[in-house]
Order: sequence, then structure tokens, then C-alpha cells
Amino acid sequence: MVGDILELAARYRDDGADELVFYDITASPEARSVDRAWVRRVARGLDIPFCVAGGIRSVADAEEVLNAGAEKVSINSPALADPDLIDRLSARFGAQCVVVGIDSQTVPGGHRAFELAGDPGRTRDSGRDTLQWVAEVQDRGAGEIVLNCMASDGVRRGYDIEQLRAVRAACRVPLVASGGAGSAVHFRDVFQQAGVDAALAASVFHTGAIVVHELKRELRDAGIEVRPWP
Amino acid sequence: MSEVVIIDSGGANLASLQFALERLGARASVSSDTAQIAGAPRVILPGVGSARDAMQRLRALDLIERLPRLEQPVLGICLGMQLLYGLSAEGATPCLGVLPGTVERLASQPGLPVPHMGWNQLALTARDPLLEGVHSGDYVYFVHSYAAPVAEMTLATTRYGIDVTAVVRRGNFWGTQFHPERSGRTGAAILGNFLRVS
Repeated sequence: MVGDILELAARYRDDGADELVFYDITASPEARSVDRAWVRRVARGLDIPFCVAGGIRSVADAEEVLNAGAEKVSINSPALADPDLIDRLSARFGAQCVVVGIDSQTVPGGHRAFELAGDPGRTRDSGRDTLQWVAEVQDRGAGEIVLNCMASDGVRRGYDIEQLRAVRAACRVPLVASGGAGSAVHFRDVFQQAGVDAALAASVFHTGAIVVHELKRELRDAGIEVRPWP
Repeated sequence: MSEVVIIDSGGANLASLQFALERLGARASVSSDTAQIAGAPRVILPGVGSARDAMQRLRALDLIERLPRLEQPVLGICLGMQLLYGLSAEGATPCLGVLPGTVERLASQPGLPVPHMGWNQLALTARDPLLEGVHSGDYVYFVHSYAAPVAEMTLATTRYGIDVTAVVRRGNFWGTQFHPERSGRTGAAILGNFLRVS
């Protein structure tokens, strides 16, 4: 499995991906944290930034992952369980290392941050309003927010532009859109209409439905600044 | 084989830098041994975290006086570059004073969040062996909330609302505000050049 990941990482890098995010999404539900050994192996081969997420619950966990060569750590469920973790990580490593991921579900009247979204059987409403949580995590020292819109995640019908716009207005740190990418047009739309700093996708790249350098060419042709692909 | 000592400046994430140098065939070690640092053929001052913490760390290593007097090639990266200046506005911290001037906080503007995190283009303002094979318009990866103003010793700038110093040099001291170890081929070229400068 790790071998596959390394190969995949190198392929995306060579194809022009700007950053890679490694999610061990079952880590929190399984009460463990991401394997440091493979973070190290990824770091050894990769010369672009990468972020690691999965069950990082303490400063010590984060330190090990960063020492293994990750650029940033992303925390999600552990931040909801222990919001002060964001403050501690930011004080220790600086805001630039601390990404807060938010799995946001649309509910009547707004959006809520959900916990344990990596396990469909256990995911639950944290009780926190997404916009309020976005404000709080920034005050606590988050340097970047990844907003995964659960209703659009996996559906490939486009990012949740409306929600991302609302979060953008409340977000003064870099905002990464996640959930819903199905075509190059969806990427174009989320940059142009929601003003996000980056767009993240997984399955469309893994299946080959979208090829990074072709996507970048389309974005460039649409007038969006992209780093050239090799 | 080139040999580089990376100063263990206390921040995490020295592994990515070490790996990047190893990919270039260098022998890179992380050290907090003052004598080893002073005697190294090449020294890299990395830095993640706050200017105040990093300066305290250098003080603990007895490097405040010694580092500015090093005569071998020295490369400051990110916060490590900022520490080469006289003062950082981050906590009004006096720094090493190799370079004149004050490192200021980036102003957050609509569309330009701080910290500035991401790929940005270089504009070369002078020729230098460190930038051999690097061109204006090349992208490198930045992660910072503070930046040095453009001045005489600036070799390359980047624009984030305003132009700031991306690469600087004074004598045997070089600095990059971005992370060459995370900047793909362009970053590898710069690190490779550092292994050759004298």
C-alpha cells in the first residue's frame, strides 16, 4: 500500500500537482494516528509540500509527523474534541504548520461541523456551526482551513460554491475547497466564484478522470494563475 | 561529496531539508554542536517558528556572536533568512545583524491571506551563482508571515501585495525566504548551486 502511495505521489508531482495531502481518514475513528514511517518515506522522495492528516491528537504527535518531513499537519476531529489543541500546535510550530480540516454538513438553516467523517457509521454533528467554528479556529491559530463540503463530497457535481463563498467571507487565512470536483469546470468555478486559494480533489485524480496538467492548462486558459506543469 | 551542516534551530521539519540535500548527493547532518557547525564546509540555518524562539535557541547554542563571523557559505532559509537581518518586527526581536534592515509583518489584504502560503514567482534583480539556471517567472514555495523589504543586497524579489525580498546575499551569507527543499526543480537547482558556491 505504501509503495502505491509513493508511486502515486511521484506521478502527481511530475504531472504538476502543487501540494499533496495524505489523509489517513480512519485514524481518528480507530483511535490511532498516522504511521510516521511512511511519512518519512514520502518526504525522502518528494520535493513539493505535503500535508498529513489522521489522528493527530497532541503536540507530540504533530512533532513526530513534522520531524518525519511533512510540511504541515491537518487536524479535524481531534480539534473538535479538544479545540485548545489548535492553540498549542500553533504556539509550538507556528500557524503555517497548522491546517484545520472541517467536514461541513448542510443542515436546515446553515452548516455544521461533523466529527469522525472518516467512518460513515460513526460520523456525527459536533454541534458547532461551521461559520462560528471557522472563526474560532482562526482565532486559535489555524494557518489554513480545508473545508470539505460533505453534501457534495463524492458526488462529482461541483464544489459547494455557496457555502465556500460564505466561509471565504469569514476566512482571512488560506482556504482550500474540498468535496465535489468532477470536471475541470468545477475547479474553474470554485476559483472564480468562491475565491478560494486552492482546490483539493482525490477520486477524480486517482481514477484518471482528470489529469493534473490538463486541468492546469484549462485553468490557465480561463485566466486563472497556475504554476506551470513540468 | 559536498558536506552540509544544518543548524538544529529547534523547529521541527528539518528532515525535508536533509532529504532534499541527500537527493542532490550531499552529506547533510543536523547539528546543535557549536564546534561542528563552526567547522562545517557549508552551513544552513533553517527556521520554523517564531523569531524570538529561534534567537533564544541560537543563544543557547552560543551562536549569536559566532554565526555572523562564519566564513564558509551560509544559507538561511525562511525564518533562517529573516534571522540574518538586524531586527524582526515579530516580537521586536533583535537578530543576527548580518544584513541591515528590519523584517516586517506582511499586511493581510483581501485576496492575500497571511501567512502567505503557496507557490509564487521570482523576479531576479541581480546575477548570482546561487541563482544559476534560475529565471524570473520561476515558481518557488513560500510559507511566511513576515518578510524583508527589497534592498541593495536583494538578489530576487517576489510580489505578495508588495515586492519583498525572496533571495538575498551579503558576502558568504545567502538567504531565501521560500523553501527550496519544497520548491520542485527550481528549489533543487538553488540548493545544488549552494553546494557549489565558494
